[in-house]
Amino acid sequence: MSTVARKKSLIWDYLTTVDHKKIAILYLIAGGIFFIMGGIEALIIRIQLAVPNNDFVSAGFYNEVLTMHGTTMIFLAATPLLFALMNAIVPIQIGARDVAFPFLNALGFWLFFFGGLFLNCSWFLGGAPDAGWTSYASLSLESPGHGIDFYVLGLQVSGFGTLISGINFLVTIVNMRAPGMTYMRMPLFTWTTFVASALILFAFPPLTAGLLLLMMDRLFGGNFFDPALGGNTIIYEHLFWIFGHPEVYILVLPAFGIFSEIIATFSKKRLFGYSSMVFAVVLIGFLGFMVWAHHMFTTGMGPIANAIFAVATMAIAVPTGIKIFNWLFTMWGGNIRFTTPMLYAIGFIPSFVMGGVTGVMNATAPADYQYHDSYFVVAHFHYVIVGGVVLALLAGTHYWWPKMFGKMLSEKLGKLTFWLFFTGFHLTFFIQHFLGLMGMPRRVFTFLPGQGWETGNLISTIGAFFMAAGTIVLLINIVITTVKGKKAEADAWGVGRTLEWAVSSPAPEYNFAQTPLVRGLDAFWVEKMEGKKGLTPAEPLGDIHMPNPSFLPFVISLGLFIASFGFMYYKDYSWGLMVGIVGLLITFGAMFLRSVIDDHGYHIHKEEIIEAEKKGAKA
Amino acid sequence: MHVEEKLTAETFPASPEKATLEGKNKFLGFWFFLGGETVLFASLFATFLALRDKTAGGPTAEELFKLPLVFVATMLLLTSSLTSVYAMYHMKNFDFKKMQLWLGITVLLGASFLGLEIFEFSEYVHEGHKFSTSAFSSAFYTLVGLHGSHVAFGLLWILTLMIRNAKRGLDLYNAPKFYVASLYWHFIDVVWVFIFTVVYLMGMVG
Amino acid sequence: MKKWLLNWRLFSLFSVMALVLAGCGEPFISALQPAGEVADMQYSLMLLSTAIMVLVIIVVTIIFVYVVIRFRQRKGEENKIPKQVEGSHKLEIIWTVIPIILLIILAVPTVKATFDLADVKPMNKEKRDKDTLVVNVRANLYWWEFEYPDYGVITSQDLVVPTDERVYFNLKASDVKHSFWIPAVGGKMDTNTENKNQFWLEFDQEDAEKAGGIFYGKCAELCGPSHALMDFKVKAVPRDEFNQWIEKMKNAKPVVTDPVAKEGEAIFNKSCIGCHAVTPVDNRPEQARTAPNLGNFGDRERIAGILEHNEENLKKWLKDPESLKPGNKMTNTYGKLTDEQIDALTKYLMSLKVE
Repeated sequence: MSTVARKKSLIWDYLTTVDHKKIAILYLIAGGIFFIMGGIEALIIRIQLAVPNNDFVSAGFYNEVLTMHGTTMIFLAATPLLFALMNAIVPIQIGARDVAFPFLNALGFWLFFFGGLFLNCSWFLGGAPDAGWTSYASLSLESPGHGIDFYVLGLQVSGFGTLISGINFLVTIVNMRAPGMTYMRMPLFTWTTFVASALILFAFPPLTAGLLLLMMDRLFGGNFFDPALGGNTIIYEHLFWIFGHPEVYILVLPAFGIFSEIIATFSKKRLFGYSSMVFAVVLIGFLGFMVWAHHMFTTGMGPIANAIFAVATMAIAVPTGIKIFNWLFTMWGGNIRFTTPMLYAIGFIPSFVMGGVTGVMNATAPADYQYHDSYFVVAHFHYVIVGGVVLALLAGTHYWWPKMFGKMLSEKLGKLTFWLFFTGFHLTFFIQHFLGLMGMPRRVFTFLPGQGWETGNLISTIGAFFMAAGTIVLLINIVITTVKGKKAEADAWGVGRTLEWAVSSPAPEYNFAQTPLVRGLDAFWVEKMEGKKGLTPAEPLGDIHMPNPSFLPFVISLGLFIASFGFMYYKDYSWGLMVGIVGLLITFGAMFLRSVIDDHGYHIHKEEIIEAEKKGAKA
Repeated sequence: MHVEEKLTAETFPASPEKATLEGKNKFLGFWFFLGGETVLFASLFATFLALRDKTAGGPTAEELFKLPLVFVATMLLLTSSLTSVYAMYHMKNFDFKKMQLWLGITVLLGASFLGLEIFEFSEYVHEGHKFSTSAFSSAFYTLVGLHGSHVAFGLLWILTLMIRNAKRGLDLYNAPKFYVASLYWHFIDVVWVFIFTVVYLMGMVG
Repeated sequence: MKKWLLNWRLFSLFSVMALVLAGCGEPFISALQPAGEVADMQYSLMLLSTAIMVLVIIVVTIIFVYVVIRFRQRKGEENKIPKQVEGSHKLEIIWTVIPIILLIILAVPTVKATFDLADVKPMNKEKRDKDTLVVNVRANLYWWEFEYPDYGVITSQDLVVPTDERVYFNLKASDVKHSFWIPAVGGKMDTNTENKNQFWLEFDQEDAEKAGGIFYGKCAELCGPSHALMDFKVKAVPRDEFNQWIEKMKNAKPVVTDPVAKEGEAIFNKSCIGCHAVTPVDNRPEQARTAPNLGNFGDRERIAGILEHNEENLKKWLKDPESLKPGNKMTNTYGKLTDEQIDALTKYLMSLKVE
């Protein structure tokens, strides 16, 4: 089989692709759409809270919106957008031709996609989930209709996808590194992807367990959470947060990785204290599992547990502090160029420090009795998630856009996006610290006048519109760039340090014509400093083995999507059980096919590669 | 070494499951997957431990469990783990027929275990220990039932592999598949050891 | 607690911050204007942690601003390659050790306060002291029940407590999880569905007067559509006044003289008495107490916890509770009432007073 014979329509290409670069684009598009939906939900929240006693939306609908805002942003926007960047960059950064499991990579995406689609179908089928993104058991069992069932089933399906992607990155990074790419030469983004994937592996199963129990109670007559029959809802809180807290690090560690790359690149300096950075990442990942119960200080665990978890949580501040100072000293003595990605990195440092220090304040258990479930906490975690993760996503998108799409985003519009978004972010969330301290609980659909909260809420709402404006400018930027953007060089910013900047933009299907030999940290920089144009090859030019595309990941995921509908409605309609079984048959049938049909992949021949490399060099 | 190479007993490598990059990836990836599964079961064990006294007037563990039956089931599953070790031993020696034979025995033992478990569950239901009886019963059926479904899936998996490869024998393409399936089988066995201890023995004793 | 403030620099930072923060919010609901021992303790910890954190932020900001200005790329330096520094062990040790020290300074009082706030021994003594006041709080969709078990008295929505002494609370929920929070006096403890939580609060007399005698209480755990409206009020009064109130509550019974109110009583006994009790002494088990006790309804601070306490608002509530508190459990549990019936009920309910 040759590449010529495999010409097919664009849509079919993407439905069946197993190429990590195309899957990255799928993640970027799907995650981007969910991000915009979550953003619209955020605007509804802020409009409703702009003035006291507002009736822009009803109380019930508000709870649906607030639940979907949190759930969408965490599971369907932030995580997949990070996966987009990981998929696009990590294999190239370690000098690999693809991920370890290209088929599973596609499966991970489609499971996430169908899980997210299922969850959002709830809007049209009787109402979205309304018990908060945590969906604590007592309330989520009380909630009428099928909203919570959409949450439980949708997140289980998309959770499988996330777990699969996590394992895939772990194996990729362990097994697929190019010769010479030792662990202590891996770029920080690869390191953080590695640690975040390990966290996914150990954090998602408890979530699956919690959701499974909730599903048993809601749909199949279980009694895990019914106190009358001996059930205990605190179990759900523990399971949720054993997942929920590491999830924060699953999101924020790759964000650290992105900024580590950007800060080093645009300061034109190697990362200050690289090994302590790596150590800090691993330590944060480890400690991340020890602190979940600080989300439950007011649950009534008793002073011993509260004190232990308080101190453990404070300990995380140490490695995080190390990172902040290392970034500052990477810039120290550097030659800082204020590109759009670098602006985000510079904005990130003070913003994230704010989120970090309020985190330590929250760790102070007795004081947290006041902060907990107030707007102070809302402010805190938005400083971490928006000030850390979203700024990183925006930075990473601008930084790696040329590598993903071969065109440079407009710097002028990029900077405009930054200033709008950055201003809006602080305007929205800074004041919320004080609203919380002034007694405003979180997750309220309205508030009464005369409690001193009017001004703060209005300011917060205005800020939200700035962020929306920033996002719109970014979309305009993307459209303009796609239509008439400047073609990007291989080393698009001119100061690239890592391997991805050594291959053409966008990277060819096979990434590297010859697997490179890595001769140090910042492998590409090392070669450039020695005056070389390209990388040192580790192998002669030869045929390259490639995996076959497959439609099965789509089918497997579709089967679970159908089955979820069936099992959700099996008590309401006679066809429910049937549909559920058919869905499972589709899934298992497709898995069976995958198992029994041999798939040896195909080869791209040497001559084709030489041809392609010539073209790539010319363009 | 290449995946599609035809091999003989002499050229067959000592660790066929890790001889190719695909094999190495499968091997490592599956270990990671088992790590995740461990956490999943650990969560359910913790849930069970929290709820094991919460019988809400339904039958208690002491009233229900019949240790002899469970002991037999345990022995069946432990033995099947051993037979799958034999199968892997013969795989490494490139003796396809013997591998198939021992895998067949493994499947038979596993199926009888599953049969006993289904019998056991139906007995319990007759005694008023239904899924919805109490928090204890929900936790019991979820934990033990999830293990049971793992056994069922493992049986189908090994059977599929045996039938699919019956005619063509061993090569470096399917060796990792057999190996990984046997890893899965061991994992199921280890989980059962914990279930036997935590659910049954602790249920009878204290 | 003042011992850890010895460092004068911290102290001055403290006072500045305290001044700034004290301007924040209303005295009856702001955690920044603490009105009791617990809130004071929590406020001190807030100040201490904020002080340490502001210190960190200042250090970071100074380095940050210096670096960004000093090392920006200037014209003509586009091709300059700076020295590739690997790191510095000395610096890295400094910024590892200093945060650890800062955190220890914070951790010690944190642990101490955690245990102090959990000290509920006096309420669990085999034989409780006569003066130890215990209140059983039961949270419901979307109302609060306060039971004084040592006096056999139950009230709803308005918690009455004596000032300047520790008041102990048993907390639980009857339907879904809620959380009991009086921001100005101290927070907060969840009311769970399966177990009883315990904690204590102290209400300061002077601060109570500053706050107008009433503190605002909130539900702090999402519990359904009307979570935002699940407010309660706390009347903090001197001990003597509290004792008088409890005595009155013990003996309170509806005394109806007005003919319209009498009519209302008849309607009430037909449609409402199944859920609502009208005497503060209610011996039914808590499962049977499915609606707020109305024994001293006439004295309440708010209608439904949120509206000004007057007849007009009560009528609004009786006419259509759903429009005021969506998802509440009262809607559709009683037949349609005519305007006259509502007027009569209102008269009757407003006459239920102990003061």
